[in-house]
Amino acid sequence: MATFNHKHIIGLQDFSKEDLELLISTAESMREINNRLIKKVPTLRGKTIINLFYEASTRTRTSFEIAAKRLSADAVNITPSISSATKGETLSDTARNLLAMKPDIIVMRHAVSGAHNFLITKVNCAVVNAGDGAHEHPSQGLLDLLTIKDKFGKLDGLKVAIVGDVTHSRVARSDIFALTKMGSHVYLAGPPTMMPPKVENLGNVAVASSMKEAIQDADVVIMLRIQQERQGKTLMPNTREYSRYFGLNPENLKLAKPDAVVMHPGPINRGVEMSSYVADGDQSHVMKQVENGVAVRMAMLYHVSGGGETE
Amino acid sequence: MNTDVTVILDNSGIQRAITRIAHEILERNKGVAGVVLLGIKTGGAYLAKTLAAQLERIEGTQIPVGEVDITLYRDDIKEHGVNLEVGKTDIPFSLDGKKAVLVDDVLFTGRTIRAAMDAMMDHGRPDSIQLAVLIDRGHRELPIRADYVGRNVPTSLKENIKVSFDDNNQPIQVLLEK
Amino acid sequence: MNLYIKNGRVIDPAQSIDEVTDILVEDGVVKAIGKDLKIPAKIETIDATGLYVTPGLIDMHVHLRDPGLEYKEDIISGTKAAVAGGFTSVCCMPNTKPIVDNKAIASYIINKAKNHGFCNVFPIGAITQGLHGEYLSEMGELKESGCVAVSDDGKPVKNPELMRRALEYAKGMGIMVIAHSEELDLVGEGVMNEGFVSTDLGLKGIPRVAEDIAIARDVLLAEYTDSPLHIAHVSTKGSVEIIRAAKKRGVKVTCETAPHYFTLTDEAVRGYNTNAKMNPPLREEEDLKAIKAALKDGTIDCIATDHAPHHIDEKDIEFNQAMNGIIGLETSLPLSLELVRSKVLTVNQLVEKMSSNPSKILGFNRGSIATGMIGDLTIIDPDYEWVFDINSVSSKSKNSPWLGNKMKGRAVYTIVNGKIAYKAV
Repeated sequence: MATFNHKHIIGLQDFSKEDLELLISTAESMREINNRLIKKVPTLRGKTIINLFYEASTRTRTSFEIAAKRLSADAVNITPSISSATKGETLSDTARNLLAMKPDIIVMRHAVSGAHNFLITKVNCAVVNAGDGAHEHPSQGLLDLLTIKDKFGKLDGLKVAIVGDVTHSRVARSDIFALTKMGSHVYLAGPPTMMPPKVENLGNVAVASSMKEAIQDADVVIMLRIQQERQGKTLMPNTREYSRYFGLNPENLKLAKPDAVVMHPGPINRGVEMSSYVADGDQSHVMKQVENGVAVRMAMLYHVSGGGETE
Repeated sequence: MNTDVTVILDNSGIQRAITRIAHEILERNKGVAGVVLLGIKTGGAYLAKTLAAQLERIEGTQIPVGEVDITLYRDDIKEHGVNLEVGKTDIPFSLDGKKAVLVDDVLFTGRTIRAAMDAMMDHGRPDSIQLAVLIDRGHRELPIRADYVGRNVPTSLKENIKVSFDDNNQPIQVLLEK
Repeated sequence: MNLYIKNGRVIDPAQSIDEVTDILVEDGVVKAIGKDLKIPAKIETIDATGLYVTPGLIDMHVHLRDPGLEYKEDIISGTKAAVAGGFTSVCCMPNTKPIVDNKAIASYIINKAKNHGFCNVFPIGAITQGLHGEYLSEMGELKESGCVAVSDDGKPVKNPELMRRALEYAKGMGIMVIAHSEELDLVGEGVMNEGFVSTDLGLKGIPRVAEDIAIARDVLLAEYTDSPLHIAHVSTKGSVEIIRAAKKRGVKVTCETAPHYFTLTDEAVRGYNTNAKMNPPLREEEDLKAIKAALKDGTIDCIATDHAPHHIDEKDIEFNQAMNGIIGLETSLPLSLELVRSKVLTVNQLVEKMSSNPSKILGFNRGSIATGMIGDLTIIDPDYEWVFDINSVSSKSKNSPWLGNKMKGRAVYTIVNGKIAYKAV
């Protein structure tokens, strides 16, 4: 029987193929709960989960909150605007204060890469990463895996194109770590200003010379969000030119396999990363990603809720 | 470690027990109208299919069969150091107004049945829930009893009962391990 | 107090001495060297059999944080750490509060060190007033008040015209300029070396070219103005190549590196270790090799620690927010001795890099054990095995990547102005 031997979920880089398979399998089982009238199981009854979000995020926070509630855990949301962060309290002090309230799991989003690696040195409860800087976004990586597996029944041997600002994308990193472990072939495309050095050393990853090369015969096309506020001003001339060379539209999507799926971590900048025709088209799996997000996060919370007992 | 293994029910014994349970279900429910079977994963789910096939042979009608995974409803999640794998619950029909027969291989403390009943209740409101088990080994910890029992086997707590299945998920034999 | 140090391996590259012999120190100066010395009857004797006796080690790049940042370090704790690490002299950078850009602050440091310090302290003044990079500081008066060099360490002099004038003016005043060479626009929001590890960790990278380009600029300005220039904390292969070529052309450039740049690479950052966060950042294997080669061939003149104490609250936080720098005074010698053990340097070369060269660059009357010289001596046991335990750290701050590590080699006696300032127990 497969077991999950991690106390925390910080990044998919830490996980073996078996770990990923287990999480996906559990998420598949969790999906049944989300599709029935009584969308709740008593599994995490009496557990307290704190959603500590240092960065604004409606989607991920809501998804984690629903996931917690469907497992009967008590979920509390703390966001910077209502927390002590504005008073200049350090993460370390916030963590200690939260810990005094005996949470079982802290789900945190933070703007600094590695903030979770720091947090786990301060708390003894389980920690789940809801996104840290440009490092990892494991729940997004897992829901991408699940969405792709739903479509193709497998991940092994698929060609997956990831297009956009890889340097500043935690989604790209988690996707790369997870997909390559599962046997997918990952092709990255984007302006060289958005490609981190030696990214091809991360695993079975190739940097394509153009978007065309990346999406040619691809089974999956993952478009990354352009976040100019995070990127600075020097990486591209403007969004107009960006979308011309690295945007997905009905024409260049034809280069991919006819049954290729299009994914995006959201929120979409329509007309920049992809045109509305693609975003709302038949091949778009964006809403399926969101739906799978709840099941995946239930699986993550479930597996860390018992993991603490092993130590 | 030497374990003493005794076959307490062979294949034909299992078949006779299932046939008898099938007849008892028909008698009590006056046929198969409104009857659905729900097997508890994994052994109970296999047996539910075998039982459904037997009922179909007798009545000539297909009986709806579902599977319940009780992992998310267990009361001992805290005590399991490692996480338990979560199986898929598959109830491809409404339970509302049905006579649901819960099927398991071995009835022991009754906690699994409690969890399974909670899981069923979250799926709908059956008119009644009945319980069919191949082996009742005693040692109940909850006020639960089976409506249909293949064989009562008094055991000690040190002993273990195991129902083995072949590759087609058909029951082979029931073993008592000392 | 007089001292008789007998039977040690006396290593003094300045005089080309490397032999087992005896030293007599009287009234703070080296009285005599050699066998069969006439020794007064009542004298404290150190048996240095099996030990190196070297001119007192000089660290030309430390931050003592005094005045103003005494919660990190002060002149007393910093010099205590220095003597524990074998240093008899340290040069402290001017980025204190207030900045050492005037005579009053320089005098404060000199006086406090004289009265309360464990070793010699030579302040380095600022190149620009307030380190703001706008107006030259009063270099003449700074020199007069005891500053041995000027530097805006911690930040570069961004304006190349101002850097040119600084070199020219400092030359006229006879004071050395120490450059912190860094192109800030290329550094951006980077927090570690840009390379595979930064990609892996999702941290913003600082490209090596941010250092190379700035060193190239400063070297060219030194060449153009025909002024001496010392470059602080060299960390990249590119920098080494630029300096090597400049030296070949006859540019009056000298430079230093720090033990962490020949001991660690950016791999040490993994786990978001803030004690591996410094500026310049830890680089890659090829840089480490280039730094060692440059130490060997003399391109790099000195080993300086860039001792940068930070309070635990400034290090035990998220990686991006953590301050740059590590303490280095107590680990420099064992880490540098590793270069001798791995045959990168001879012991003589090591003593050059840690004593004679910094002394020469800064024009000190130290860094040698000639008769009549100031009695600054370090007695080293190269095989002494010890653990860099957090409870044994003399510095106020404990920000070191080597805490808890086994170390080999250390100063067993540090003798400052003829007196034993530190003795290993």
